[in-house]
Amino acid sequence: MSLLDIRELHAGYGVMSILKGINMSLEAGEIGVIVGPNGAGKSTTLKAIFGMLNITEGSISFDGTDITGIRSEQLAEHRIAFVPQEHNVFPTLSVHENLEMGAYVRRDDFSSVMDHVYDIFPPLKDKRNQPAGELSGGQRQMVAFGRALMIEPKLILLDEPTAGLSPMFMSQIFDRVIAINRTGVTVAMVEQNAKQALAIAHKGFVLAGGCNSFTDTGQNLLNNPEVAASFLGG
Amino acid sequence: MNEIVFFINKGITSGLIIGSIYALGAIGVTLIFGILRFAHFAHGDMMTLGAFVTLILTAALASLGIVLPLPLAFIAMFPAMAITACLAIGLDRVFYKPLRQAGARPVVLVMASVGVTLMLQGLIRLFAGVRSRDMFIEAPKEIFRIPFPGASRPLIITEPQVLLIVFTFVAVIVLHWFLTRSRLGKAMRAVSDNPELARITGINTNHVVWATWIIGGALACAAGTLLSMDVTLKPDLSFNILLPIFAATIVGGIGQPYGAIAGGFLVGFSETLAVFNWAILLRPIKDHLWFEVPANLALVPTQYKLMVPFLILIIVLIYRPTGIFKGRVL
Ligand SMILES: Nc1ncnc2c1ncn2[C@@H]1O[C@H](COP(=O)(O)OP(=O)(O)OP(=O)(O)O)[C@@H](O)[C@H]1O
Ligand SMILES: [Mg+2]
Repeated sequence: MSLLDIRELHAGYGVMSILKGINMSLEAGEIGVIVGPNGAGKSTTLKAIFGMLNITEGSISFDGTDITGIRSEQLAEHRIAFVPQEHNVFPTLSVHENLEMGAYVRRDDFSSVMDHVYDIFPPLKDKRNQPAGELSGGQRQMVAFGRALMIEPKLILLDEPTAGLSPMFMSQIFDRVIAINRTGVTVAMVEQNAKQALAIAHKGFVLAGGCNSFTDTGQNLLNNPEVAASFLGG
Repeated sequence: MNEIVFFINKGITSGLIIGSIYALGAIGVTLIFGILRFAHFAHGDMMTLGAFVTLILTAALASLGIVLPLPLAFIAMFPAMAITACLAIGLDRVFYKPLRQAGARPVVLVMASVGVTLMLQGLIRLFAGVRSRDMFIEAPKEIFRIPFPGASRPLIITEPQVLLIVFTFVAVIVLHWFLTRSRLGKAMRAVSDNPELARITGINTNHVVWATWIIGGALACAAGTLLSMDVTLKPDLSFNILLPIFAATIVGGIGQPYGAIAGGFLVGFSETLAVFNWAILLRPIKDHLWFEVPANLALVPTQYKLMVPFLILIIVLIYRPTGIFKGRVL
């Protein structure tokens, strides 16, 4: 049984329907990468998984439980974390408080997780008392990523974690994604840097116009001439 | 020296008193704006409501013949704060929450709060009439006269004024502790920063909304009670203070609790200093001045006091629309 299983998902904003039949499944411990042109519905898919949209048809199950249409507040308790594409930190809260808020649903002692996050993202340690809104784009991305790790998620949804980052920063973030995945966290990631992302993916999903147009292993998608021609820029 | 005593009594003490009232009210308004994103116009009447709850409890205590070292009304204020907090949550349940859940736009909630204002004013008049009442049921209020060196007149401060200043000071410290140290307080700031991300993070928005009404309601009750203790309790208590409280909120930066405190004192001091008769301070040195000191040299006549917050508001909106503490822009 897959950890995440999405069947024939139809969803949209209000009455406007955007997703028209998304199928996606991820096994525990996999990295799934979603690619596709701007406006394809990649972010919308993640938001639909995270209970932020009207789901009109289809189902989402996680770890054997149906989570279709569940409210966002409750997903943290299922140990699913989401890093949105934009506005993904609390700007007036300090870096440390952002991480504490990540652990809001935890009633146990999370100080070791906090230390672990500071180890993964050393730049955050020096900035821990600075408001997150005053950080650079890359540092903010680290705060957002770290915040999501605080619940020790089973599944983490990342929406363009490398958006706006320099190539060096980008490969650093990918390294972190791989490292976190090695600790057993399943990753579902939307990426614009399709080639690099598919290279680290166990599974890839190409979305266009609100549907899957290709689903395969990351490597096969990279080698697929049709995908390369239409989505990877040759 | 008497002139300085006069200045402290009429300028500094008054500014501190009215500033504290504005600050206590503005904290609630700014928190409600930060969390629920609407201007709560019924806040002034929540103050009146809270003061009436205190009055009822005070009368009950007095009828039992209880005598305490502090005024009964001040003691009764604490349970009244809890009751007003519950009433605030109740008002939210009945009037605002259904609108929020239906996805109403903020302006609809503002209109609803105007409705709640009218309703509360009506209810209060219905049950309590229109006359003004004294909060000191058991004994007259105590007045402290502190001799000032070199002056024939004393510094004057009343017991409720001392209690108001002490209460405000303690409330600000507790609020600061709550917002920066407690889990729920940090969650409130998180929701105010980014409600959607707060939900994604698993923060229970309902708890945050309750906390907002509890703080807003309790402080409104305290402000209403302490103001009525300083003067008298009238059903239209809220009428003259709602505008300065909103001015304080905006001047401080909407959604910023520390801004609300700063804004409250700024508006309070501006008001008292604008109507203060500066001629009194000039009189002792009038022989050295090149001009005739007029009898009254106030910047604004007392009747036009309400103009001052308006003026500050306009200046702030033109030159620094985010307010002192960088709040939201309307
Ligand atoms: N909040 C919203 N309200 C209404 N429509 C929206 C909203 N957000 C996105 N859409 C629409 O949904 C469609 C898919 O948008 P989505 O954000 O999922 O694209 P995306 O694949 O993530 O693109 P990008 O690569 O640019 O991030 C677009 O046509 C967009 O106009
Ligand atoms: Mg997107």
